[in-house]
Parts: sequence; C-alpha cells; structure tokens
Amino acid sequence: MDMVNLKINGQAVTVPAGYTILEAAREAGIDIPTLCYLKDASQTGSCRMCVVEIVGARALQAACVYPVAEGIEVLTHSPKVKQARKSTLELLLSNHDRSCLTCVRNKNCELQTLSEELGVSEIPFQGEMIKREIDDLSPSIVRNNNKCVLCRRCVNVCKNVQTVGAIDVTERGFKSQIASPFNMPLSDSNCVNCGQCIAACPTGALTEKDNTADVFDAIADPEKYVIVQTAPAVRAALGEEFGYEIGTPVTGKMAAALRRLGFDRVFDTDTGADITIMEEGTELIERIKNGGKLPLITSCSPGWIKFCEHSFPDFLDNLSSCKSPHQMFGAVLKSYYAKKHNLDPKKMFVVSVMPCVAKKFESQREEMEHEHLRDVDCVISTRELAKMIRQSGINFKSLPDEKFDIPFEEATGAGVIFGATGGVMEAALRTVADVLENKNIDKLEYHEVRGTEGIKEATVNIAGKDIRVAVAHGLGNARKLLDSIRSGEKQYEFIEIMACPGGCVTGGGQPIVNAKTYMEHDLKAERAKALYSEDERAAIRKSHENPDIVLLYKEFFGEPGSHLAHELLHTHYTARNRYTK
Amino acid sequence: MEEKKRMPFKGTKEQEQQLMEVIESYKGTDGAVIPVLHAAQDIYGYLPIEVQTMIAEGLNVPLAEIYGIVTFYTQFSINPKGQYKIGVCLGTACYVKGSGDILEKIKELLGIDVGECTPDGKFSLDATRCIGACGLAPVMTINDDVYGRLTVDDVADIFSKY
Ligand code: SF4
Ligand code: SF4
Ligand code: SF4
Ligand code: FES
Repeated sequence: MDMVNLKINGQAVTVPAGYTILEAAREAGIDIPTLCYLKDASQTGSCRMCVVEIVGARALQAACVYPVAEGIEVLTHSPKVKQARKSTLELLLSNHDRSCLTCVRNKNCELQTLSEELGVSEIPFQGEMIKREIDDLSPSIVRNNNKCVLCRRCVNVCKNVQTVGAIDVTERGFKSQIASPFNMPLSDSNCVNCGQCIAACPTGALTEKDNTADVFDAIADPEKYVIVQTAPAVRAALGEEFGYEIGTPVTGKMAAALRRLGFDRVFDTDTGADITIMEEGTELIERIKNGGKLPLITSCSPGWIKFCEHSFPDFLDNLSSCKSPHQMFGAVLKSYYAKKHNLDPKKMFVVSVMPCVAKKFESQREEMEHEHLRDVDCVISTRELAKMIRQSGINFKSLPDEKFDIPFEEATGAGVIFGATGGVMEAALRTVADVLENKNIDKLEYHEVRGTEGIKEATVNIAGKDIRVAVAHGLGNARKLLDSIRSGEKQYEFIEIMACPGGCVTGGGQPIVNAKTYMEHDLKAERAKALYSEDERAAIRKSHENPDIVLLYKEFFGEPGSHLAHELLHTHYTARNRYTK
Repeated sequence: MEEKKRMPFKGTKEQEQQLMEVIESYKGTDGAVIPVLHAAQDIYGYLPIEVQTMIAEGLNVPLAEIYGIVTFYTQFSINPKGQYKIGVCLGTACYVKGSGDILEKIKELLGIDVGECTPDGKFSLDATRCIGACGLAPVMTINDDVYGRLTVDDVADIFSKY
C-alpha cells in the first residue's frame, strides 16, 4: 500500500494514499467537525463544516473529500478555520426551528453538538423562516422539514445505498427542501419504509411514527390482555440507549423492563423465527423436490418486500409466501395460545418491539389478519421502547436479568441470529440439512454466509445435492444480485435479502448513532457479535429441535405447510408502480 | 401536501412515440436528463407527472431526482399553459398602481397560483415583468388582448368574456 506523509497541526502523520484529511486526522486523534459526511453513505463535501487550512493554499478545503498529499501541512483548528466554521453554522442555525426542548433528537442531535463544540453562544441574525408542513401520513416515517439542514444524508442513503430514490432536493434557494416527487406524501411514493434515512439524519427532521401512546393506553386498559414480543436484534442494541457499550446484549434486563412496563406476557419473536424456519425450510425443500420456482427468496424484511413489489415485480413468485416472524407469532398467539389458555383473542393486544420501522407498515397491510383479527396490533421501534422505559422511571441498568414467559421461554440460537445478515440463511440451512439428510447433522455454523460483505455466496452440499445460496443486505446490494439473476449471469436455489445494510441489527428503528461513532466502530459487526455469542450459548441451536415448536405442530398445525399453517402463517404480494404507491 | 385538482393528462400516442425516441437516443449517456426534459417540454408543452415518470423509467433515474431537477431550473414547467394565458404585470409602475391586488383577486377567482392552470385547462396565470404599457398601469394581458387601468372589480367581468 502506498503511504503518504503529511503534518496535521504540526504532528507528523503517515496514512495510506487515498485517505481523506478527515480520515487522516481521526487516525491522529484529532476530531474535525462534520455535518453532511456519513461514512459509507454520504460524501458530497457540500456543508463546509469540516473545512481546514492547508498551509500555502488560499482557499479552505473540505476535509471530508480532500485527499491527503505528500508533504502537505494541515491546520484543523486555526483561528481562520474556526471562524469559517462558526459562520457557516450560525447561518444554518439562523433559519432553523431551534425548539430543542421538545425535539425528538434533544440530547442526541449532531447540530446541537456542533453548536456546543464550535462555541456558538448567540445567533447574530434571524434568517427568513418558512413554515413547512410536517408529513406524518406514512405509518413508518415522519418528516419535519422545519428541522432539516439540507445536508442530504437522507437523500444519499435513499438514492445511493438503498437505490430507492424516494426523496430528493427540490426547488432552489430559500424554497429548497427535501421532498418526494410532486411533493406527494412519502406514503404515496415508492418509499419502502426502511428508515435508513432516519438513521442517517443528524437532526430531528426524520423520525419514526411514534406509537408509544397506543401501547401505554393498551396497558392501562383493564379489558385488554397485552402481550409483547421482541425481535432478536432489539437485545443487541437497546443497551446503547442506557449507556452500554455497542454490542452488549441486554436480553435479561429487557425482559425485566418489559414486565415492569406492565405487559401481561413477555415473549420472544425468536419463537416466531423458529416457526418461520419450519415453514420456509419446508417451502424450499418442496420447491427443490417438485421443480417449483427457484431461487426461493426470504420474506422476513418488509422493506425488501415493498422494494420487490415496486422494482422487481417479476420476482414476486420467487418470494417465500411466509409472513415475517413477528406476524406469524402474532397469528399464533391469537389462535393457538389464546385457545390453550382460554383467552378471548378479541381482547388480546399484541405489541411487537422491532429494530425496524417498516414493520409498522407491514403490520397494517390488509392481508396481515385472520378472521378479522389483526396478527399484530401495534409495532414500536427499539428507540420507542427505550423512550417508554425512561418515561416510566425504570432504572434499566439496575434491573435483574429475567427470562421470557413460559411457554415460549427458550427459543433457539437459530432464531437469535435472524437479526444479523446471513442469519436467516444459516438458521434455514441448519434445519434443511437435517431434514434432507434425515439425521442430526453436526455442522451448525455456516461462516460463509456471515459477515458484512455486501453480497455473500456459497455452495452447500446437502444429501448429495449442491444448493447454491446467496445473501444480500442493503437494497443496493439486493438490486445488484437480482440484476445478475435477471441477466442470466447467476443462478441460485436460495437467497436471503434484508433491506437494511447489516440486517436488522442496523435496522431503521435501532438506536441512532452519530457520524463520529460510525467512523470509529464497525456497527454492523459489533452488534451482530452480540447475537452470535447468544447463539453459541444457546442450549438448542436448531429451530426444529425447539420443544415448544414441536408441540405447536403436534397440537395445532399438524405439519409445516399444512392447510391451517397456510391460513395463519402465509401471505401474498402485490405488484406496484415503480415510482408511486 | 394534499393534492390539488389539476388538468387531466391528454398526451397522445404520437407524443409518447416521439418522447421514447428521444429517450432512446440519449440512453446510457451522461447528463441525459436535462436535454431529454427540454425535448419533452417541447413535445408536451409542460412536464406533468406522467411525462416525468416516462423519463424516469426510460433513463433509469429516480422520479424524485427528475422532479428535483425540474423544480430547480426555472425554464421547466410542471403546469400546462391554458387556452387563455393571463399575464399580470408586476413591473414597478403597475405594482405601485395595485397590480398585486389584481393578482390576488385573480388567484381567488380561479383558485390557482401563479404558474398554474385551471383544471379545465381554460386559464393559466403568470406574473410578468414590465410589458411597456406603463401609461395604462395596472395592466393585465389575456393572450394578445391588453386590459389597462384595471380595478379589482373589473376582473370578473373581463373573465366572463372568455
Ligand atoms: S434538530 Fe437538533 S438543534 Fe434542531 S431543534 Fe432538534 S435538537 Fe434542537
Ligand atoms: S424509509 Fe427508506 S425508502 Fe423511505 S425515504 Fe427513507 S431511506 Fe428512502
Ligand atoms: S432530513 Fe435530515 S438527513 Fe435529510 S437533509 Fe434534512 S437534516 Fe439532512
Ligand atoms: S463538507 Fe465535509 S462534512 Fe460537509
């Protein structure tokens, strides 16, 4: 690797050629403030917050895009630089709706941090303010452009990482704002509700639709029997909201907190994941045996499903007909569980805590019900759960570790890894291998499909047959993979796709991490590790060996893929326009 | 954010054919969007969602990006011109004599904003710079007809002639 020598604030630094000044400075332990920059997602050099002085050069340069060069001397905090940054920020703040106290991002806002770090103590002029309408028609995403600083991080993520392109900068000058085409509400556009724009936004301009009040109301209603289920990825990140290191699993404390919030039953969506493996695994085996449509593509990620409906309608028959795990589990709770425990399913209220905001949209899809009972009544994100815990005076860190409720107390390690990219594939392979070989296979771990590479491929030999599999996470990677299948260049039998880069652990409903933390941590890998370590510790690591699942099929469904299973656990899809709903 | 009523799209097969040819000739080249938008505006007279969608799909560029470009450049219009094009002069002389109030009155009567067209396609409204008829201020034009020394109360009567 070619190395480059330069000086930053008098300190000699040697970094690989191709580094930006920003990256070189971070390596040298110097923080340069940024706003429009976001690692792997947004690097347009447009906000000028990161300007630095290069000795001998006249103009200040944007450190986030300026490449290092041999022998240059950089000043990151000279008086000239500090003044320039401060003026830029003051101008931005002059037409910003500065109501921090009531803002969703209060205390977690990059604009606030900048204001503090650059020492802004007053805004010398009041700029022109246009009152912008808030778009809260989407079940998943709320956009408040009064808080937007036009950094375009959301636009870049949506267009370049996800290749959806539901939003862009419109108009010019003061009228300029981020919007969907023809200013249509986001919910009328091809937005897939992945929430990656929320995760990218430095301010309170983007947030999830807040459903915490619905949950508090349900808990307070003595008529309602309120059951909560939590997705695998939630436990891998919830701790961050309460000061734990990234990658600390907090499963036990989470269960304890949910109980203290007043839920009548606290269950684990991992059980739903185990059911998914039974159904999807069976579907794969049947399609392979009977010459059905291949490759089979997983259907757990509602952002991916909507993307497929808009952009790849020719692949709808490849999608597994399985509902996603929390929808399956909701349906099981209102049928099997209700019957067994003599509960009136009409009085049951099922809440899903998800790392995902697309699940809000999914749970409201018309087809997600059975006999007029919604599978899931309300979906809240990991962030909303943290908010509820704080609002209820629960001291999270001092909670004991508790377990999920019986009968779904112990899900499998296979269910847990659903939250990381490659996890569904690995869990499915564990079961499919046993079923096809008709014996208990020792191989548990499929490292070929783990990790954060955008597209992963493997050929797995099961019962003398080669099964070609691929895993894609992030919709840009999904697009690449599907294009290669469309063109005939690639062939597979089984594919896992997750809408969010990294899978659910870095879903759009997870705790928000600022741009600096993104630079310092491999967020996807660190959060995934929390799940893989839980899988390693699990007593049972294959879905079909879960005794609750065995009982569920024995007492209720009969076989995977049975008529009843189809009624409750499977669904169908609809082709949509490419750019509008 | 709620959708305003607009003139239904009346593009013909021939127009679509023409546009497709333009798109085809630019496909795969860098910076294709702007020339294609210009050509589309020549073909249709304006750039409604139907036309922008065809361009988005044809060039493989998100509709939101197309719309962003259209609204950035003033030479593009997302609204059609009406059968009768109304122009209200906002030059200094007219403005001093109250053309701003006239404009407000027209907006109210027709229920449209500057740059828009009535849903029946009859009237479109633009604000213009000085047209050199300052002696008649305030002035409004409808196609080639010029109306001068207007008062707010004259407007409805004049419209009834069209
Ligand atoms: S976006 Fe940030 S700076 Fe703006 S009001 Fe919210 S917390 Fe305050
Ligand atoms: S939710 Fe996803 S698809 Fe929708 S605007 Fe945000 S990034 Fe784009
Ligand atoms: S919504 Fe957020 S991410 Fe998007 S441009 Fe505005 S401030 Fe930046
Ligand atoms: S220009 Fe570098 S962070 Fe915006």
